[in-house]
Amino acid sequence: MATAFYHHIPFLTILVLMLTGVLTSLVHNGRLAMRLNQGAVTLSLAATLFLLWQVWSSDERFLYQLGIVGHPYGNELACGVLEALLAAVFLAVMLCCVLGGAREIREDVQKEKQNLYFIMCDLIMASILAMIYTNDAFTAYVFIEINTISACALVMAKDTGPTLVATIRYLVMSLLGSGLFLMGLTFLYSITGHLLMPDLRLAVQALSQSGQYTLPLVICMGMMTTGLLLKSALFPFHSWLPDAHGSATTTSSAILSGLVLKGYLLLLVKVMLSVFGLDVYVKYHVSDVLLVVGVLAMVICSLQAIRETHLKRIIAYSTAAQMGYVCLGFGLGTLAGIAAGVYQMLVHAVTKSLLFLSAGELSEHSGHRKQMYYLRGAGYRAPLAGVGFTAGALSMVGLPLLGGFAVKFYLLESSLTGSWQLPVVLLSLAVSSVLNALYYLPMVLQIWTPVKEGEQFPAYETKPTPRSFRLAALLLLAGCLALGICCAETGQTLLRGLELML
Amino acid sequence: MELLEQIWTQRFFLAAVILFCIGAFTLFFHPNLIKKIIGFDLMDGAIYLMLTSVGYVRGGAAPIVTDFSQSVSAAGYVNPIPSGLVLTGIVVSVSVTAFALALVVRIYKRYHTVYLDVIMAGMKKGAD
Repeated sequence: MATAFYHHIPFLTILVLMLTGVLTSLVHNGRLAMRLNQGAVTLSLAATLFLLWQVWSSDERFLYQLGIVGHPYGNELACGVLEALLAAVFLAVMLCCVLGGAREIREDVQKEKQNLYFIMCDLIMASILAMIYTNDAFTAYVFIEINTISACALVMAKDTGPTLVATIRYLVMSLLGSGLFLMGLTFLYSITGHLLMPDLRLAVQALSQSGQYTLPLVICMGMMTTGLLLKSALFPFHSWLPDAHGSATTTSSAILSGLVLKGYLLLLVKVMLSVFGLDVYVKYHVSDVLLVVGVLAMVICSLQAIRETHLKRIIAYSTAAQMGYVCLGFGLGTLAGIAAGVYQMLVHAVTKSLLFLSAGELSEHSGHRKQMYYLRGAGYRAPLAGVGFTAGALSMVGLPLLGGFAVKFYLLESSLTGSWQLPVVLLSLAVSSVLNALYYLPMVLQIWTPVKEGEQFPAYETKPTPRSFRLAALLLLAGCLALGICCAETGQTLLRGLELML
Repeated sequence: MELLEQIWTQRFFLAAVILFCIGAFTLFFHPNLIKKIIGFDLMDGAIYLMLTSVGYVRGGAAPIVTDFSQSVSAAGYVNPIPSGLVLTGIVVSVSVTAFALALVVRIYKRYHTVYLDVIMAGMKKGAD
């Protein structure tokens, strides 16, 4: 197969972002560092869109070998429709997150350290892209750790006591997760002797058919899956998430909730499809465990969100609940179920970053307060943020025409083929939609309830909404609508991408 | 007797699993932040022990071939891939340890303790 130019794009985008990170360390100017970051992300986004167009029209999944050593030993990237689509959406979300939170970064992060903040943004994006494209399990581990360190640095960028404590709790959970993943990978390497995903899969299929090493195989699967679930904050491992996502600066919260968790979940898809194979996952009932965990996360994290009164912590708990939807889709054990889970990853990346950015802007117009009580009437003080928040909240509840509805529809559709799964999915979707409405709608009502004249309420100074925030919010709103309206096309593309990964 | 023999052949594996569990428990449950980091290093060390033992060939030489005139059999050499993985892993865990220690220094400067439970209790009191 001849190497066309677009075959180099996955590698080049990772390289460009990494190099921008290195270069930014020499730039002692926050604004310039931000421009560099936005430039690199925009460039990568344009290249990835071209790549997406190419792989979509040729309907192929190509392997890109790194180094001169041939297949069984070298390192590889793989890219198909699914990878390119996810990379494009994540790059766009990253761009919007940095644009939308630019003012708060300038306020929250010390001036002489602002360039370091953008290094971390570059590194996070590079490592997420590497996790999306890599075809080598050990490379995935290395980028997991890069992602962990830079994500922790993003949390602690706002240098206050609570963020430091949140960071160390996040770090402990993440290290445990990546340790489990590496241990599982080491076991797997010692029984199969491979690290590249296609070879691993052949070896695992052979072992599973011959019935040898059943217990070690299940332990490997369990350890790698648990490690990734720990890192993507699934119930019962979500206790660190509200602290980390609720106390960080707006851009950090949006990136962490919208992008970082998705990288690990995408890796879980790869572990399920390309390393172990879906039939092995179903055969040893690991997928059933995922389904149960997903249902518990959807219900319990929503209940915890209802009890919260801090704006950003409610949204953070909702993230943990929404990750349950992804897990529920994966747990169905069919390609359609996984496609629904991946769809949820896309929708959640767009919607949750919109919610976090709007929440940051709303609290900015309410004297930096984040308790729900003080946000009354904030929608009138910052109309665009109010609209963005409302649209995001309604999408989470599952209003048609918005992304969240499409996800629920696909989850239901893919559960129809299951036996005992169908009532479980139906019931949990119904319950969790009601619960979502129970905490999102009061927030929406609160921000659109005007403050009456003569009422005892703190007076807030009015300030203009920055242009960068408007651009980001409009882009994310458009994305949220597009994912809701073009659901048939997106769903088919995702399913095709997953089929190519088999 | 057979059991003992099995344990002896799997001794690296068993040691790695025990060390990993000790490390993971310390990382997760110990309230002292410094000891948490030690636990993390123990955990990673266990993984490296296991990786190294997977690739080790008794009596094998270092996998560097200098004489290309004769054909070489792989059996006489230690498998280089696990060693490469261990090196990569060590680099990763050194940087993570450095980051975590720097973070603990920050926390100590602000709260004057490295015990997470004390810090959490203090934060709860402050919130009331």
